[in-house]
Amino acid sequence: MASYLLIESRDPFESADVGFSQDLARRLAAAGNEVTLFLVQNGVMPARAGAVAPKFGELAQAGVEILADDFSLRERGIRPDRLQPGVKPSALDLVIDRLAGGAKAIWH
Amino acid sequence: MAERKTLTFALMDAPYESARTTTALRLIDIAVRRGYAVNVFAYEGAVLLPFSRQQPHPNAVHGRDVEQENHLLTKEVVTALVAEAARNGGVLDWVNCGLCVDERGAGEAIDSVRRGSPADFWKMAEASDNTLVIGTR
Repeated sequence: MASYLLIESRDPFESADVGFSQDLARRLAAAGNEVTLFLVQNGVMPARAGAVAPKFGELAQAGVEILADDFSLRERGIRPDRLQPGVKPSALDLVIDRLAGGAKAIWH
Repeated sequence: MAERKTLTFALMDAPYESARTTTALRLIDIAVRRGYAVNVFAYEGAVLLPFSRQQPHPNAVHGRDVEQENHLLTKEVVTALVAEAARNGGVLDWVNCGLCVDERGAGEAIDSVRRGSPADFWKMAEASDNTLVIGTR
């Protein structure tokens, strides 16, 4: 089992290829890998409660850990207690933790 | 004492254009505060991040002088990151892509930056625990 870190910096409302990251995350998890989807910058926009389009609940059920950069959330006025189910706030330090731990990392 | 990790980052964005630069510098900051060995390969517009001729400026639109504007210069951020790495027993090795530098007339970089090529990026990645490429697209 490998560990994957998929960093999503794009907003799905302006970049249609965000779905690619989510599909990749789901498939990697289905194959038995440890997968984290880390949302940063405008990538946190669909994480707010009430946003249309995200598949975060489905991804979380598939075993994908979904985290949102707390700084990016604050920048955009998104409260950590107002996130989509399955999404948790996280410090950016987690990315360095995972890199140092040898996770296979992809920035999108 | 924990083993010192080595991480490599490839950056491509020019300063003041993308939030990716902010995130990249935040990541490097976290790593150097841990005393890691950090390599940066600056490609394309990112070679201008440590350009030594960056200057602060006033903002006439907002009626602010130079001090009030307190404009952030990325060359000073890179300088601070190099110092922070040393303070924590680590190192920040920043390599600017030479061809990208020449194309942009960006040869006047701060002292801690060296010139290299994509081959240096390959060597850095080979010698690292992990590598993150932050592409423009």
